Amino acid sequence: MYMRTLVAAGTMAVMSSSAYAGCGIYGSVKVLANDFPATQAVSAAMRACDGGSADITVNLNKDHKDLIVPAFTANPPEFTTSHVTNSTLVAVMNDGLAMPLDDLIAKHGAGIQDMQKVTIDGKVMAIAFMANAQHLFYRKDILDAAGVGVPTTYEEVLAAAEAIKSKGLMDYPIGGTYKAGWNLGEEFVNMYLGHGGAFFKPGTAEPSVNNAKGVATLEMMKALTGYMNPDYLTHDSNAIQAEWEAGNIALTNLWGSRAGAVTDGEGSTPEIESNTMFAAATSVAGGSVPSTTLWWDGFAIAKNASAADAEASFVAMMQGLSSDMAAANASDANWLIAGSEPRAAGVGVVASAAGGASPYPMLPWMGAMHGALGAEVADFLQGNESAEQTLADIEAAYTAAATEKGFL
Amino acid sequence: MPHRTFLTFIWPSALAMLLFIALPIISVGVQSLHIEHEQVVETVKNCGPFGCKEVEVINADATAQLQADKPLGRFNGLGTYTNRNHLAFEEISAAMQAGGGPGAFFGAVFNLPFYKALAFTLTYTFVVTPFVLILGFFIALSVNRLPGVVKGPTIFVSLLPMIVTPLIGSLILFWMIDSRGIIGGTLQLIFDDPDLSLKASPALTWITLIIYGVWHHAPFAFVVFYAGLQTVPKDTLESAMIDGASRWQSVVHVVLPHLAPLVVFIALIQLMDNFRVFEPVVGFNAEANATSLSWIIYNDLRGSDGATLFSSAAATSMLTITGVCILLAPVVLRTWRDNRQRA
Amino acid sequence: MTRSPLWLSVLSLGFLALWISVASVPFLWTLWGSFKVEADFFSKQDWRYALHGIRTMAETGGAFTGAGYEGAWIKEEFWKATINTAIITCSVVTISLTLGTLGGYALARSGFRYAFWILIIALIFRAMPHITLVSGYLLPFFQLNIWGHLTTTIIVMVAINQPFTLWMLHSFFLNIPKDLDESAMVDGCTRFQAFRYVIIPVMWPGVITTGLFSFLLAYNDFALTALLLTEENQTMVPKIAGFLGNAQEQGNVMYAVSAVVSATAPLFVLVMVFQRQIVSGLTAGAVKG
Repeated sequence: MYMRTLVAAGTMAVMSSSAYAGCGIYGSVKVLANDFPATQAVSAAMRACDGGSADITVNLNKDHKDLIVPAFTANPPEFTTSHVTNSTLVAVMNDGLAMPLDDLIAKHGAGIQDMQKVTIDGKVMAIAFMANAQHLFYRKDILDAAGVGVPTTYEEVLAAAEAIKSKGLMDYPIGGTYKAGWNLGEEFVNMYLGHGGAFFKPGTAEPSVNNAKGVATLEMMKALTGYMNPDYLTHDSNAIQAEWEAGNIALTNLWGSRAGAVTDGEGSTPEIESNTMFAAATSVAGGSVPSTTLWWDGFAIAKNASAADAEASFVAMMQGLSSDMAAANASDANWLIAGSEPRAAGVGVVASAAGGASPYPMLPWMGAMHGALGAEVADFLQGNESAEQTLADIEAAYTAAATEKGFL
Repeated sequence: MPHRTFLTFIWPSALAMLLFIALPIISVGVQSLHIEHEQVVETVKNCGPFGCKEVEVINADATAQLQADKPLGRFNGLGTYTNRNHLAFEEISAAMQAGGGPGAFFGAVFNLPFYKALAFTLTYTFVVTPFVLILGFFIALSVNRLPGVVKGPTIFVSLLPMIVTPLIGSLILFWMIDSRGIIGGTLQLIFDDPDLSLKASPALTWITLIIYGVWHHAPFAFVVFYAGLQTVPKDTLESAMIDGASRWQSVVHVVLPHLAPLVVFIALIQLMDNFRVFEPVVGFNAEANATSLSWIIYNDLRGSDGATLFSSAAATSMLTITGVCILLAPVVLRTWRDNRQRA
Repeated sequence: MTRSPLWLSVLSLGFLALWISVASVPFLWTLWGSFKVEADFFSKQDWRYALHGIRTMAETGGAFTGAGYEGAWIKEEFWKATINTAIITCSVVTISLTLGTLGGYALARSGFRYAFWILIIALIFRAMPHITLVSGYLLPFFQLNIWGHLTTTIIVMVAINQPFTLWMLHSFFLNIPKDLDESAMVDGCTRFQAFRYVIIPVMWPGVITTGLFSFLLAYNDFALTALLLTEENQTMVPKIAGFLGNAQEQGNVMYAVSAVVSATAPLFVLVMVFQRQIVSGLTAGAVKG
């Protein structure tokens, strides 16, 4: 079988400790996952079981979310288990393609913590293994020089940015992943939930963003862009990380999974790295919760998989998500796995969750809303139209999409 | 050639195209006329790593039977084509009735995603195509004058913009035009404007994308024209010179007519490829300022997790094909006339 | 020919020099930058970092580093993707040229009106955005259990490439005089024998030119290869895209840059070898359209 040699040294230790062929698995396990260090560590631990009666293949693909639904729809499925997140599990569930895992948990899932179980209508549909969220990154030295404290609200962020700018410390002190499309949509979702907004009329798929909270959200986003580099509509996480490491920005709301990367001794100077601090995402408009959404990554099993393959996949998954694996790769992610040490760079995610931030909404029609937000919000930020017009456009674009999906 | 022989020669090629292009086009066409079944929704308790919540979910079992009876979904006619995210008939007629003069009308029209994308797509197509033809032609003329030894390397270098993977080509160029990059920084010096950014304003983004398009496609026109120049009959050219034609006149009256069929060929391929412009929009992160029809399709299929809009993408694809057919109609008519003359 | 005036030579050379620099500077810059670290080559402070290699010195101790190449080729096993790309491009070029020459020859010699309509329909086929096609392929391919294999991707690429190949080769065959093969048939050859013994020997220039474009399509494709191949069958371009990271996670951009520079080298060899044929092929082919 194909063995990926890109294995972190820590993972090698796990492999050698549990490297007896098969791990007691009888069947064919085909895994699909996104491609980043945490999934590489998990899949390497799964691959350690390959051999003997077990046939384990792993596909790490950046575009995995485009493959999940068709792959799970096929019968037998092309992949028996797949990496899912809050939003992709909804897509799988919309078509009824995920298998309830309760029986398998009873049989093989002794080590799973309750918080890892993603339960929908009383049935466990996925096992989560890591958490992620956008949260505040700040430069301690710059804030000190500007004479301001660590902001806890967006209003304070604006005040801090003004202080930094007026002291001539930086031209554009704030960074944001405002690239039009998914990133910009996500920023709106964060800010709108921080305002306590609801995207839909309760219990229905009808949109309800065209309200005072929606206007306040847009106004706050626009106020922040006043302190951003004028290219902000092209800035994705890669660009913001580069800006951060170059020392061009002092405040940003960036992914927790990037926290390790900006403090890894590469791409930046020691002064910048040693002054890079993390905190919970800031709240806004007098709200009490951090303006961010919590994400989890997990694994689901295809409903169309045979009983034997599903069981084999589950056992392999348990191997991949073992405490040993998490301990050996502690710095790669905010693991939700029992016995894993919290990592230093993970404090922002933990603080945001502790502060009561909302999880990303797991509603069937949230994807359509997110798409509409990503496409329409830029018009307001560019000053092409009023906030009300933008919100009306968002609702119109969403309504057309949701009608097509049969939600309305 | 008898029909049977013709068939013997063409069937492998025709079969491949039928299976992998014609069938998908038909299925996309059918798909664009349907939308998904009405979903049965129920409210359940959802618990995860971050606590519990009451949420709506789709009861997949309830729609399974409907899905089995009518796998295509609900018939929607041209509803998807005319909805707000495509041709937007209702919104357009509302804008017409609203009054407020042409400014307000066009403002309203270009606020609609399809027309916004169409505006950029058409501008891009009709600016890039002629510039590619002109630039390619002059490069070919100049290379043709070079002595033999340096011709080879020159041809390779001239082909570079076409052969470097657009995915990375645009990534590197995108960084180079950043206000702190080598090109962006130089432009700031030249225009003496420290705030100049090619990425911030729609107009500059459009210009950047168009220049990239010309740069990327010019080598194609160059290779084809350069080859064509090799066959310009020397005697005609010389007799034109003897008749006192200036160098420029001989280019206009001898070389250009000779290359006319090539111009048609390049224009055809270029119109088509430029109308489907996609990679530069993504590579230059230009979604806020410039979207294209292909980008809309991409966004429907991949833009958001779990909300794949197949019918919407299918409708835009069919509209793109229609657009290409309209663009190519003049060229096709011309070929048709030539073909009849030959036959 | 009369000698051209000096001003024209200067103008022409000046224009060419300008074009050559516009065409090559981004590539030379990439080549240079591939030996730096990301913080230099993609510096958000000042592009001159890439010239001096300030961060490269700080992080690696030297002004140049091969870390990008080492990471891409050894750590990430880019060579596997190279082998897959070689298999795919060679097969696609061979198969689409074989099918294309047969089809293009038939279309050029048919004489019936339907040949024209087949060409036009092929052109319309070419208008279909690839991204829509790929989304349509996924479910049937999973269902038939043919997803992920190199063979499937090769066949799909050949099919998608056929309209362009047919058009180009058709116009090329139109320029080979009909008398050639028809006189062979008068001498008692079948149509296929005439094609085999008379046409094949004279068609190479046109075929090579068409082949170059097929090659570039297969070599640079991203839309198809990203979604139709398993990880172990991945070709160079999706592999490079994988180096770039995603919204949540950092990538290894310098691996991507080094890989791109590496991927351009074979093309250099290819163009140098076939440069003469490319030109003579088009000369014989497309000129009279």
